[in-house]
Amino acid sequence: MLKKFTRFLFSREKIQYDVLIVGAGPAGLSAAIRIKELDPNKSVVVIEKSGTLGGHILSGNCFQPTAMNELFPNWEKMENKPPLDTPVSEDHFHILWNEKLSLQIPHMFYPSTIRNHGNYVISLGDLCVWMGEQAQALGVDIFTSTAGARVIFDEKDRVIGVATGDMGIAKNGEKKSNYQEGIDIVANQTILCEGARGSITERVIEKYNLRKDCEPQSYGIGLKEVWEVPPEDFKAGLVQHTVGWPLCRNTYGGSFLYHKNTNQIHLGLVVGLDYENPNLSPYQEFQNLKKHPKISRFLKNGTCISYGARVLNEGGYFSIPKLTFPGGMLAGCSAGFLNVMKIKGSHNAMKSGMLAAETICAKQNVEPGQELVEYENAVKSSWIYDELYRSRNFKGSFKYNIYSGLFYGAFDGFISKGREPWNIKSHVKESESYLTKDKAPQIKYEKPDGKLTFDLLDNLARSGTNHEHDQPAHLKVIKEAGPKESINLYDGPEQRFCPAKVYEFIDTKEGKKLQINAQNCLHCKTCDIKMPKDYIRWTVPEAGGGPNYSGM
Amino acid sequence: MKVLVAVKRVVDSGIKVRVKPDGIDLQGVKMTINPFCEIAVEEAVRLKEKKLIAEIVAVTIGPKQGAESLRHALALGADKAIHVTTEARIDQAVQPLDVANILAKLVERDNYNLVLMGKQSIDDDFNQTGQMLAGLLDWPQATFASNIQITDGIAQVIREIDGGLQTVKFKLPGVITCDLRLNQPRFASVPNIMKAKSKPLETIPLDKLGKLHNSIQITKTEAPAIRKGGAIVENVDVLIQKLRNEAKLF
Repeated sequence: MLKKFTRFLFSREKIQYDVLIVGAGPAGLSAAIRIKELDPNKSVVVIEKSGTLGGHILSGNCFQPTAMNELFPNWEKMENKPPLDTPVSEDHFHILWNEKLSLQIPHMFYPSTIRNHGNYVISLGDLCVWMGEQAQALGVDIFTSTAGARVIFDEKDRVIGVATGDMGIAKNGEKKSNYQEGIDIVANQTILCEGARGSITERVIEKYNLRKDCEPQSYGIGLKEVWEVPPEDFKAGLVQHTVGWPLCRNTYGGSFLYHKNTNQIHLGLVVGLDYENPNLSPYQEFQNLKKHPKISRFLKNGTCISYGARVLNEGGYFSIPKLTFPGGMLAGCSAGFLNVMKIKGSHNAMKSGMLAAETICAKQNVEPGQELVEYENAVKSSWIYDELYRSRNFKGSFKYNIYSGLFYGAFDGFISKGREPWNIKSHVKESESYLTKDKAPQIKYEKPDGKLTFDLLDNLARSGTNHEHDQPAHLKVIKEAGPKESINLYDGPEQRFCPAKVYEFIDTKEGKKLQINAQNCLHCKTCDIKMPKDYIRWTVPEAGGGPNYSGM
Repeated sequence: MKVLVAVKRVVDSGIKVRVKPDGIDLQGVKMTINPFCEIAVEEAVRLKEKKLIAEIVAVTIGPKQGAESLRHALALGADKAIHVTTEARIDQAVQPLDVANILAKLVERDNYNLVLMGKQSIDDDFNQTGQMLAGLLDWPQATFASNIQITDGIAQVIREIDGGLQTVKFKLPGVITCDLRLNQPRFASVPNIMKAKSKPLETIPLDKLGKLHNSIQITKTEAPAIRKGGAIVENVDVLIQKLRNEAKLF
C-alpha cells in the first residue's frame, strides 16, 4: 500500500480539481453546470473519451424536459436556445403482426405515463454540445479525447481520482515515438457518468460490491439510423413506437421512429440482450424491421446518413445499485435510471447529475475520499425514484412473452399504477441465456438491397468510427478457452450480436480462430454483456477513437 | 529565430462527408487541424526543443471556431497564436493566393526567419499556398519535406519527389511545406492544453490584412458515382468479350 502510494506521489503528472466528472453526457454536464451555479469557486473538470462533445452519444430521443426545466428554467427565452425545436405532435403505437400487417393501438389506451405530449424529439448529441458550451461558459474545464483508464485509490482504498490512458502505445505494447504517459486527475469527489456499462463504473461497482442488495443490471442493445427524407414524407414531431415483428414473441424489444426538424427521421430497434437464440443478429433484425410498411412508408424516398449502436439499461428500479462509494458517486445510466416503460432516461440522468452537484455543494469542506451518502437519499426522495418505482414491474412482466408484458403494461398503467403489492423480478444473465446451437432455430436473413437495407460494413462507415490501428486491442480476452467454447457450443454468436463486425471466426488449419477487428468498435458494450462465458472485457482504447456521431 | 506556422481547420479525415447542393455539408461535422499542418507544428516544436529556433507563432484564417486549431497548436508547443478572422467558408472561399498574400503581410510585419506549413489541405488539396507565399516574398522554398536540418542559418531539406528523394539546401529565410513522413505529431497532453489557454492569441479581422477575391469559383460538387457491382465470369473467353464490348478497353 505504502509503495503504491509513494509511486503515485512521485511518478505521473498530476492535476487537481474539486470535482472530477467522467463522461460528458447529459448526467455529467448537468452535474458540472449545477456545481458552478451553486458554487462558482469550485473547480470542475469533465473528461470525455470521444474527440468531440456528443461524439459517442446515441439515443432515440424523445426527450422529457422535466430536468431541463429545473436546470434552465428560462431555456425557451434564451438567446442561444437548447436544441429542443421539435415538439411531439403525434404519438403512435403499433403491434406489428408480420411483415405486412399491424394493429394500431388508439391513443386513448395509452397510460398517461407513456404519453408524449409535452415532450420533444431531439438529438441527444446536439443537446450535449449545447450543454457543453453552457458548462464551459461557466468555467468548467472539459477535456475531450481524454479517456479515464482506471480509478486512483489512496492508502485507505478510497477513490481520489482517475488516471487517464497512456497514448502512443504500439500493438506489440512498445512505446511509439509519440508516446505520452497519461496523467492523474485528482479530485475530492469523482462522479462517474459513463453511461450504461461504463468501463470504470463496472470496476468500481465490483470493488465496493455496490450490487450487494439489488438485482443485477439487465441490458438491451439499441441500434439506430438517421435518415434524411423529402418534405412530403416528413411530419415534424411524429413519434411512433412498435412491438412485435420482426422479433419473435419471446424476445423483448421494439422499435422507435421519430420525425425531427428538419426532414430527419431518427429510427431504431431495441433488442433485449437476454434473447436465447444465438443465431439472432440484432443488426439484421433492424434491417428487416425497415421493410415493414409502417416503417418503409417514411424511408422509401430518403437517404440514410448515420448509423450507430449502444446498449441501454433494462433493469429499472430493481437493478439500481448503491449509488455512493468512498470518494464518489454514480449518476445517469452508469447508475441505471432509464425508465424502461417510457424508454426514456435522459431526464433522469440530468436530474441525478443535478442531485450529485447539490449534494457536493451542500457539504462544507468535502474531504478527498469522503463518501457523501446524502446523495443516495436525495435520489431516493426525488421524482426519479417515484417514476422508476411506479413502473418497476414493467420489464419483468415480459418474462413470458410480449403479450403478457403489454397486458401487464395496460393493467399497471390504468389500474394498479405501481401500487400493486408484488414485485416481478426477471433477471436472466445475458451471457448465459443461450440455447446450444443444436437446439437453436436457424434464422435466414435476406441480403440487403442497398436502398432500404444495408450491409453492416457499409452502414458502419456512416458511424464515422475509427481507431488508431497500431495500438493493443482494447477488447481483452480474459478467458483463453472462451472463443473455442463459444464457437463449439453456440456457433460464435458474437459474430452476429456485434453491431460493428468486430468479432470474426476465420478458418485456419487448426480450425476456427477468433479475429478481433478492434478498429471497427462502436463502444456499444454489447460484447462485455452478451459474450458466451464472459470471455471478453471491454477496456477503453486510446482516447479520441471510436464513433464520430454527429446529430445522433 | 522566429517561425510562423500556418494551420488550417478542416473536416476530420475519418468522417464520411455528405454533399449538399452548395458543397460539402459542414453542419455539426467533426473538424480538426489539417494533418499536414499538425506535422508542421510538430516539426517547429522539435526544432525549438533542439534550440534551433526561439519562438513559434501559429496562424489560422477562419471563423471563431478556428481558434480551436490554434489552441491545439499552442498545446503542442507553439508560443503565440494569430487568428485572422473571417466568416467566409474556409473550404471554398479562402483560397491559396489570398492566403499567401495575407501570410506575406504577417511575415513583413513580424520578421519571421522561416515559414512552415502543411504541403496541402485535405479539403481542397490545392498544394499551392506555400509555393505562392515563397514567390510573393521572393524567398527560397522546399516542398514535400520529409527531413529538415538547420545549421548556422542554412536549411537542408530532403524532399519527397516522384523519382525518390531530393536534397536541397538554402540560406534562410525560406518557406518549407511538410509531408507525411516528416514526423508523427505528439498528443496534446491535458496539462499542456491547460497551459495553452493562457498563451497569447491575437485576433485580426481579415480585411486589415487582405481580401478574399474568390477568383476560383466552385461550380459543382458531386458525390462519387456509385460503384456498379462486379461479376464473376466463367472463363477467359467471356472475360475478353466483356473487356472488349462492355468495358471497351480494346
